[in-house]
This record gives sequence, structure tokens and C-alpha cells, in this order.
Amino acid sequence: MKYSDYYAALGVERGASAEEIKKAYRKLAHKYHPDVSKEPEAEVRFKEIAEAYQTLKDPEKRAAYDALGQRPQGEEFRPPPDWARQHAGGNEGFSFDDVAFGDLFSRFKTARDGGFGAGGDSMPGQDFEIPAEISIEDAFNGTTLEMQLAMPEYDASGRVRRVPHKVKARIPPGAIDGQRLRLPGKGGRGFNGGRAGDLYLDIKLKPHAVYRAADHDLYVDLRLAPWEAALGASVPVQTPAGTVNLKVPPGTSSGQKLRLAGRGLPRPRDAAGDLFAVAQIVVPAQLSERERELYEGLREARTERT
Amino acid sequence: MNESEVLWLDDHRVVSLTELVEISGLTREELLELVQGGAIPVREAQGAVYTFSAQVVGMARTACRLRDELELDMGGLAVALRLLERVRELEAELARLRALLPRDQARDR
Repeated sequence: MKYSDYYAALGVERGASAEEIKKAYRKLAHKYHPDVSKEPEAEVRFKEIAEAYQTLKDPEKRAAYDALGQRPQGEEFRPPPDWARQHAGGNEGFSFDDVAFGDLFSRFKTARDGGFGAGGDSMPGQDFEIPAEISIEDAFNGTTLEMQLAMPEYDASGRVRRVPHKVKARIPPGAIDGQRLRLPGKGGRGFNGGRAGDLYLDIKLKPHAVYRAADHDLYVDLRLAPWEAALGASVPVQTPAGTVNLKVPPGTSSGQKLRLAGRGLPRPRDAAGDLFAVAQIVVPAQLSERERELYEGLREARTERT
Repeated sequence: MNESEVLWLDDHRVVSLTELVEISGLTREELLELVQGGAIPVREAQGAVYTFSAQVVGMARTACRLRDELELDMGGLAVALRLLERVRELEAELARLRALLPRDQARDR
């Protein structure tokens, strides 16, 4: 396992008081809590801060942590042989293979009380809430995501190991940005008959080269030549269900939205969203002699009319 | 590995107060306080029996995390939830406005 410097994570001295630790945690948590923070890496930073605080705020856990000595952040190490006996109520032969550093202290009290396991209380499994980025095509067709989750499992002494589990989740068609899905029982296993945890997926749509999504509606650029916009045209438009021909009415201006009803993303129980083609008139950068004459003719025709 | 059921946490699904307590991690009293303070919207109230749109599940779980991890009291929680909801609405509005912009302009912003 790799050593984590919890004092450095909170930015306090090793001799800091409980009050100083609490203050430092609060300040950093307000800055990095993923529910309120827009800082880059907020989630990773918050995890480090929270793990450090969970251990340092509890005098017993803090003593156990201090007994490991001070090491450089990230150094590979194993707790000394007598550490488990003195601080974690474990036997000396306990193997720390596959135990994450943060988990050394997490079940610490329960393990020492000896009440974990035989006849102990049941405990529900852990819930997982994870962001799931899918493409607009996946949102349209539905998809199956395969995820690897490190699920906690407890041994008889209550010590926790994170065991990788593959979880398959079928995302039905119509999941959009911000949609939350709940998969009951797909979280961590319960302990001693406790119910399994749930898996929550927080859907996010990946940016797309053609479509821009807003709720269940999709927007695409419709690039028109000036004469197409003025005279009307039939233009092919890409939609998730395939290309369709869109009739552009004469006299279409830039920014005008042409609606293809029901061609957006499906809704699980209602009519599908719409696809809007947003007209954008593209003027040729270079004109041939003849084109210039024709445009000048247009200008004259307009001047005569007014 | 069987594929389990997937529940949409949207307006079509209704959850009871008891369910919301179970899946959010908040206590009944805390939820009621947030509901009565208007921070968590109710779908239907028949006397003291409340039902909710499943959309609020995410909100209630966020409240539970904020309570535990930011050590917020109920007043602070209510304010935080209102502001987060406001941010969510504004971000949705921004996404809709951005979707209207032609691709090259949207990229410049």
C-alpha cells in the first residue's frame, strides 16, 4: 500500500489540535466538495481530504496513524508487524495485501470491539453514485455500460478489503444530461444479512460533433447558401435515426429554427423530443465575375423596389 | 451476472416519505424539516402523508452528503439545496441557449 500524509492533505502541522484539524477540514471541504465545487479535480481532492479527516478527527485512529511514523507521501510501505496487534486488534500474522491505506483505520473501532462478525449487527451494503458519460447515439438507442467498482468486503475481524467487481448496467433509451438512474441491489454486498447497496448513475452526455442536446431536444447547424435561404430548398439533415430531407421554406433567415418533430431523443414514457435545424446562411468568400454581377443585379433590383 | 431493473428517477415515479428516508440517509425529521421549509418539493400532500417525485431522490441524497461531509446544520442545508437547484436550472437554461448557437460560435465561448 502507499502511505498517505494526512496532515499534509489538510495542510496542518503534525501537532495540530483537534480544533485546528476540524477548521482546516471545513475550509477545504467547502472549497472542494464535489456537490458544490467547480474546482478541477474537486472529487479527487475531496476524497483525500475526507479520508484524512475521518482518521485524524478520531483520537484513537489518529494515534494508530501516528504510530505508523512519518513517511514521504506515496511511499510504498507495510505496517510494522506489531502494529496490527497494538492498534487494530488484529493478529500479528494478518496480511495487509490488497488493503488500501485508508481502510487501515476505517473499521478500526468495530474490529477492536470484537463485535464484528459472529452474531453482530447486520449492515447494509455501500451505495455507489457514479457519473456515466454516454454518447448521444447511446442516449438514443440505449446502451449497456460495464463498470469496474471496488466494492468493500469484510473479513471476520471486520477489516475491509476493496474487491473489484464488474457491474453491468443497461441504460434504456432516452437518458439525458442530468438524468439519474437507480439500480437497486447493484451496490456493495450487505454484511450479516444486511441488504445490498444500490448503484446510482448520473448520466452525462458527451459533446457531439453534430448534435447539441438540450433536454430531449437536439440542435444541428443547417448551413444554407444565400439562394437556398431566399428561394427555399430541400436539404438533407442528419438525425440519430438516419438522414431526412428537410424542406427549407423560401425566405429563411440565419438563426431561424426549423423543427423536425419527434426526431430528437426518445422519452421513456412521452413523445420523443424534437430536432431543430438552426439556419446559418453561408456566403461564399470568393465570388466569380458572373456571381458578382448577379449579386449587383440583386442590389439594384432591391433599390428599385424601395 | 444478471441485468437488474433500472429505475428512472424522474417525474413519472412517485416515492413515499418512508422510501425517501431509506434511500437518502436523512432521518424522517430532517426530511420533514426540509420539506416544510420548501427546500424539497412535495408532489402531493394529503394531511401529513407526503409523496414525492423520484426526481428529488438526488436532491435528498445530496442533502445527506452535505450534512455529513460539510457538517451543515438544517438551516445551512436548506439554503445550500435551494442554491444548488437554482444552479441546476441556470445550467439547463445555459445548455439550451448554447445549443442555439452555431457550432463555431459555441466553441469560442
